[in-house]
Amino acid sequence: MSDDNKTSLNSPLRRKLLMGMAAIPAIAMLPRTSFAQAPATSAVNTTGLAVTDTEVTVGILHSVTGTMAISETGSVQAEKLAIEQINASGGVLGRKIKYIQEDGASDWPTFAEKAKKLLVNDKCAAVMGCWTSASRKAVLPVFEQYNGMLYYPTFYEGLEQSKNVIYTGQEATQQIIAGLDWVNKTKNAKSFYLLGSDYIWPRTSNKIARKHIENHLQGCKVVGEEYFPLGHTQFNSVINKIKLTKPDVIYAIIVGGSNVAFYKQLKAAGIDLSKQTLLTISVTEDEIDGIGGENIAGAYACMKYFQSLDNPNNKEFVAAFKKMWGDKTVIGDVTQAAYLGPWLWKLTVEKAGSFDVDKVAAASPGVEFKGAPEGYVRIHENHHLWSKTRVGRAKADGQYELIYETADLVEPDPFPKGYQ
Amino acid sequence: MFGDYSIGDLGAIFAMQGFAGLILFSVYVLMALGLAIIFGQMGVINMAHGEFMILGAYVTWMTSNLFQSYLPSLFAGYFFIAMILAFIASGALGMLVEWGLIRHLYKRPLDTLLATWGLSLILQQAYRSIFGAREVGVELPQWMLGSKQVTDTIEIPINGMFVMALTVLITAVVFYLLFWSRWGRQVRAVMQNRVMAGAVGINTEKVDRYTFGLGCGIAGIAGSAFTMIGSTGPTSGQLYIVDTFLVVVFGGAASLFGTIASAFSISQAQSTMEFFMSGSMAKVLTLLAIVAILMVRPQGLFALKVRK
Repeated sequence: MSDDNKTSLNSPLRRKLLMGMAAIPAIAMLPRTSFAQAPATSAVNTTGLAVTDTEVTVGILHSVTGTMAISETGSVQAEKLAIEQINASGGVLGRKIKYIQEDGASDWPTFAEKAKKLLVNDKCAAVMGCWTSASRKAVLPVFEQYNGMLYYPTFYEGLEQSKNVIYTGQEATQQIIAGLDWVNKTKNAKSFYLLGSDYIWPRTSNKIARKHIENHLQGCKVVGEEYFPLGHTQFNSVINKIKLTKPDVIYAIIVGGSNVAFYKQLKAAGIDLSKQTLLTISVTEDEIDGIGGENIAGAYACMKYFQSLDNPNNKEFVAAFKKMWGDKTVIGDVTQAAYLGPWLWKLTVEKAGSFDVDKVAAASPGVEFKGAPEGYVRIHENHHLWSKTRVGRAKADGQYELIYETADLVEPDPFPKGYQ
Repeated sequence: MFGDYSIGDLGAIFAMQGFAGLILFSVYVLMALGLAIIFGQMGVINMAHGEFMILGAYVTWMTSNLFQSYLPSLFAGYFFIAMILAFIASGALGMLVEWGLIRHLYKRPLDTLLATWGLSLILQQAYRSIFGAREVGVELPQWMLGSKQVTDTIEIPINGMFVMALTVLITAVVFYLLFWSRWGRQVRAVMQNRVMAGAVGINTEKVDRYTFGLGCGIAGIAGSAFTMIGSTGPTSGQLYIVDTFLVVVFGGAASLFGTIASAFSISQAQSTMEFFMSGSMAKVLTLLAIVAILMVRPQGLFALKVRK
């Protein structure tokens, strides 16, 4: 951890950022021609993207209305922050980023339609967007057909890889296996109760978790596995079952508003999370806002980022985020992953020396972002990120305190052998 | 299915599940009572019922914030004030909606479905603009959080008991108002024959407005109570609307007794099945059973005897 901090403090990117900021007033006073240092548009854009001598257009495609607005708002905020910072530091290949924002409205066909609009009409050089797997699956054919570039921020179930997508969140194995190993080792956990909302992500994740528990952890077993419709608010029955089976670990992948009901009822039923181990991969600081810290204090979450991470990159990021969006905002795992999108794209474009999507896709593997709030990330050949897996413990004030992190970056493996 | 449990376990299971079912029953009654008044008595299909509940929840949230900031010493009791405010806010909005929207549609009941659905979208967006897209957490006073230990395995959550007591109280008040008060007689007269009721001197417009307001106000109280167990966000109301209509239709739209009987049978079936199979399966089986029963008895469990 501390090594990372040191390197990132002196990272070239940070220096560039600072120099860039210092240069803003100077740039503003110079005549237009000073941009001539930037490479000629004809050289960096051979495919007719929306790139001019001074500007490059990207798309932001999230739901700001409908059910998913609750989750996706943070992503939009993080992406706008990143774009603003990149512009302040001199832009991408000497060009300022302009964004066009479209609303997917929590409706998957709308996502596809808007994606097409962003790629075909607006000629966006890249799009930051989507949240649910359903919306990603809806836009994927569009991005492949019209050869666009999507930066997708959510942790998800894996089993997908595309030349046209960079997955900046974790896929299932990165999030699940390290967490289960940790709880097995440090809490000596032998029996697990798996819970989830009833759709693809929790079901796939629990499938991987079950395989890992049964095949790779010595003497461990799954004592229950259960799914609830999205939006379910009555968990008394399953809580009773948990009381009877007394599992060492409750492993919960409940999403959205259902979480509020689940943790409130858990607390009301007298299950004390300081004694009963609960590990979740779906509750970020965003959800705790709704659940109430006092109801979830003591639970463990396994993901790659917490707002409380103690490193200089993150402190700057959190301060900048709150300055832009207000003191009361919280930053969850996905929000951070969304923040990575514009930065990774900028770094890749500069590595490729071109905005062309094919060249950006080809240049992506190996791109590193040392200024990432989570510490450091690198793009793998399979277009997912190498990242650390971390376990945090929820506190009553709504933040996680870091309990454990993997020593090394975990290799992304969207098609894990033996887990499918 | 039962084989994995000992006799003692099974006893505890049925006791716990029975109680979980009772809490669910109270939740259903709270959700459905307001709708049953509006839908059953007035024939208005109120798709915005969930949004009236969420208004109550937001009022509770604001009240809790106010108490925390200005009256922290009285925080333990804020919930009662919040419920009263929730009733007033939702009821007032309900009367406003009745005046601006619903009263023009009494002769076109199916159109109320579209109009109130539009209203629900407008309200959702309004909540999002006012309170933000993120869900808000309502902090509860300490005394409402714990549970009472009965035996080793049986524990009764205090907020569950609170919801049950609230349900009994509200149901009693509604029954008193509708069946024993002068106003209730007027309501029933208007519902059975609007023209005739008007002819004998009942101010039907006023009765309509207060009935709609009462239904919405109860939704507000329900929303306030649900902050204890559920989430509060702009679209949370949508979660309840299907279940609510299910309870009302299954019970027989025009009968309040039916609503209660239907809430009881659905909740107990759901709760017991949930224990022995997964949550999703229990829900599917409950729905299938209801569909089957409604095919045999389209009027619902209890039908009001009226001459057609």
